Amino acid sequence: MKTLNISVYRYNPDVDNAPYMKDYTLEVEEGRDMMVLDVLLKLKEQDPTLAFRRSCREGVCGSDGLNMNGKNGLACITPLSALKGGAKKVVVRPLPGLPVIRDLIVDMTQFYKQYEKIKPYLINDDKTPPARERLQSPEERAKLDGLYECILCACCSTSCPSFWWNPDKFVGPAGLLQAYRFLIDSRDTATDERLSELDDAFSVFRCHGIMNCVNVCPKGLNPTKAIGHIKSMLLSRAV
Amino acid sequence: MVKMVKAAGTFGRSGTHDFVLLRASAIIMALYTIFMVSFLVSADTLNYAVWTNLFAHLGMKIFTMLALTSVLIHGWIGIWQVITDYVKISGLRAFIQFVVSVALIVYWLAGLLVVWPVEGV
Repeated sequence: MKTLNISVYRYNPDVDNAPYMKDYTLEVEEGRDMMVLDVLLKLKEQDPTLAFRRSCREGVCGSDGLNMNGKNGLACITPLSALKGGAKKVVVRPLPGLPVIRDLIVDMTQFYKQYEKIKPYLINDDKTPPARERLQSPEERAKLDGLYECILCACCSTSCPSFWWNPDKFVGPAGLLQAYRFLIDSRDTATDERLSELDDAFSVFRCHGIMNCVNVCPKGLNPTKAIGHIKSMLLSRAV
Repeated sequence: MVKMVKAAGTFGRSGTHDFVLLRASAIIMALYTIFMVSFLVSADTLNYAVWTNLFAHLGMKIFTMLALTSVLIHGWIGIWQVITDYVKISGLRAFIQFVVSVALIVYWLAGLLVVWPVEGV
């Protein structure tokens, strides 16, 4: 057995005046790796007041986005061995930039508002809808790969300084990835309206391409690339 | 419906316009810098006459004013982007934008008055 040192961000607004870091120790089996979520579940046995979100525990639901040793990711699919600086000391904080409700739980309202803003649904104004379904060629369908897989865990948007400074105006990488998903969809007819709504100085253009989003995405997606495509679409429409 | 973002402090008419202006002005500034550096490096002798004759050339006057116009536009948009990120008090932000914009216009005017009357020796 070896001892694992874990420092966890704690804040209960009903009781605490300010957030603080609480240190825990955990006995773990030598030579065995484990996911950060499993560590948190063990800690919760020690200290039932610790609050965090989790659901599917296999990287599908996107509930347990956390900041672990300084990098955002999903606790359920991040092994201790993959943590920055090794697992000598594990530091777990909530996703940065969003208001903390309690401990590791953040208020995602601002994130969802930005998602809502880009109208994340198919818009088609064809007068006569097809009897069965709207067909796509394999090539048209392939354009959605790398876009539709997003699980909205918010790891990307909360690692983006532009989103930290202007969360009410900059859509953020997650929202923009989905914006492009509908802009490029052959069945969507609202491309021009969608672009018009993104053509201000903040929504898209606050992205300066620092690629923090690409660095943290647990699904291996590339929001910066999608944002580049949106900028190209806006440009070719303008010239 | 999402409220349109107010961007009164910036230079372009839209985000796309700002984006294009920033890049176009950056290209001109880069070309001017490359030209000036290569001139300074390649000149055999560098004295008052060489320097004055360079700026007496009409093309050089226009190139210089083009570069100063690029500084004006690039600085205006760039500073606006930086302070809308980091300065949260709107009054202070407006003040900084005012001071920087006035300074940029002063640079442009001063540049024009200095460069335009230059005659060769």
